[in-house]
Amino acid sequence: MAREMSSASLSVCVRKELRSGAAASFVLHVSLEAPAGITILFGPSGAGKSTLLDGIAGLMRPDAGRIAIGKLVLLDTDRGVNLPPQQRHVAYVFQTLALFPHMTVGENVAYGLLDSKAQRNGQRVAEILEMFRVEKLRKRKPGEISGGEKQRVALARSLVTLPRVLLLDEPLTGLDAELKASIVDDLRAWNAAHKIPILYVTHSREEVDALGERVIALDHGRMVSEGTPREVLDAPRQKRLAQTAGFENLLSATVMDLREADGVMRVRLADSEREIEVPLGYAVPGDAVRVAIRAGDILLATEQPRGMSARNLLGGKIISLERRGTLVVVRVDCGVIFTAHVTLGAERTLELAAGKKVWLVIKTYSCHFVDQ
Amino acid sequence: MNVEALLLSIRLALCVSAILFVVGVPLAYWLAYSRWRWKFLLEAAVALPLVLPPTVLGFYMLLAMGPRGPLGKLWHAAFGHGLAFTFAGLVIASVLYSFPFAVQPLIASFETVNRKLLDASAVLGAGRMRTFRRVILPLSVPGIITALVLSFAHTLGEFGVVLMVGGNLAGVTRTVSIDIYDRVQSFDYASANRTALLLLVISFLVLSAVYGINRRAGRPEWLPWPAK
Repeated sequence: MAREMSSASLSVCVRKELRSGAAASFVLHVSLEAPAGITILFGPSGAGKSTLLDGIAGLMRPDAGRIAIGKLVLLDTDRGVNLPPQQRHVAYVFQTLALFPHMTVGENVAYGLLDSKAQRNGQRVAEILEMFRVEKLRKRKPGEISGGEKQRVALARSLVTLPRVLLLDEPLTGLDAELKASIVDDLRAWNAAHKIPILYVTHSREEVDALGERVIALDHGRMVSEGTPREVLDAPRQKRLAQTAGFENLLSATVMDLREADGVMRVRLADSEREIEVPLGYAVPGDAVRVAIRAGDILLATEQPRGMSARNLLGGKIISLERRGTLVVVRVDCGVIFTAHVTLGAERTLELAAGKKVWLVIKTYSCHFVDQ
Repeated sequence: MNVEALLLSIRLALCVSAILFVVGVPLAYWLAYSRWRWKFLLEAAVALPLVLPPTVLGFYMLLAMGPRGPLGKLWHAAFGHGLAFTFAGLVIASVLYSFPFAVQPLIASFETVNRKLLDASAVLGAGRMRTFRRVILPLSVPGIITALVLSFAHTLGEFGVVLMVGGNLAGVTRTVSIDIYDRVQSFDYASANRTALLLLVISFLVLSAVYGINRRAGRPEWLPWPAK
């Protein structure tokens, strides 16, 4: 009870490869700092948010990494440190809440109080139940109380042990906004006194907006942006990084400017003056990115096309033609060399030949980002 | 009706259920949660009595318990007398014979405990013993009752194993099912019928109790017959 209320921040740097059967493996690779207060982890389902929380709580063992709360090291794979969940002082409220169905609310909340005296436990349980406004439910079982009440009990059960970090995995899904806000207010009130880092996972934009705290956006196992809710939410950015496989054209480029209202940005292809328009990504002007385009997504024209929706039109000269079965691989020099696929019929009709001047037509959404 | 035989059977069934509870709970816990890759071999071994003819099991038990068998020698060294054709021998054989009836409902009920509850318990600082005592065991009460009742009822009605390792000694190894067999052999159908009917009624009551309990617990489907 008398533990020093420190405001140690949580620092996490983990890597974990997950395989699910024959499916391509998913790599979680995140490093983040969470100071005292709420930090929102935002991202679509499957982004790796829950896996990350499991790693912090000690329910999943990362392949490599380090997790520490201030000076307390929870995991350090280099030094062979890996504290079991029981010793981490990390509280974790699951999405399903996982209240023990056979125990009363009071017994649930007292469960984590292991070695103190029964009387003192009783007092602590009473205090935290009052803090979260569920003291009247002490004798009830989880099956007999409402969804919002269950969420309050789950928070009380986690916090009564005075953890050093609190992990919340979409704890308030399914509640209306007003109820949600009142629970979050109580949580904030509790944390005003205790000042611990709270990682709050959600995939709901409304929730991010309502909480109004620092946001870290995760996608596909990576941290993709960080900032205030407005900074992270306002850009309807491309979510997924493409896999390199299956893209014949892999181009290095520099981000020139973002046109957030249009959901696009312009990038300049490396070693040329050519600019193309690509979907908005998590990037700022000056960032180096790689753009991937499938050869089959590029149209070839022998005259300059007009009045079309595709936003990228590049003039160039054919360098070579190569037949592969019923497919013709055309290499075109536009300052940067592109590879396009056309049919035998197209090759005949357009009378394609090395040295011929052509136009490449590429839709904005045929351009994908790949990882550096 | 042979009261002595009936009482002997009940005594045997009580001993066997008690031993199976003590041995079965830790084993079932291990089988439910271990990730050992060869675990399936042990699972198969536990299920063997379900498919083996009782005479096969009884035959090997008889060999093991005989004066030159490993179990018989050990017993003789410890207690100064043999194991075959004694009540203790009967208990040991019956424990093996009823093993799957105790262990399988236990495994099934341990496995149905939501893993998130176990995670929650660990995160709240509870070690394995505390998690087992406070979470797994209370949530498995219907399974434990099933295990106890089934091992009791199954032992009460066993015949082949008893005949092989126990023989037919009044008051020592002559259980109720042997007694019925004896009476039929001596054409005392009326007496055989009274005992048989009583056994039928007891068995039915016991099984109704199990199904009733499981229905109330909201999971009616996990009686171990057929296994899972």
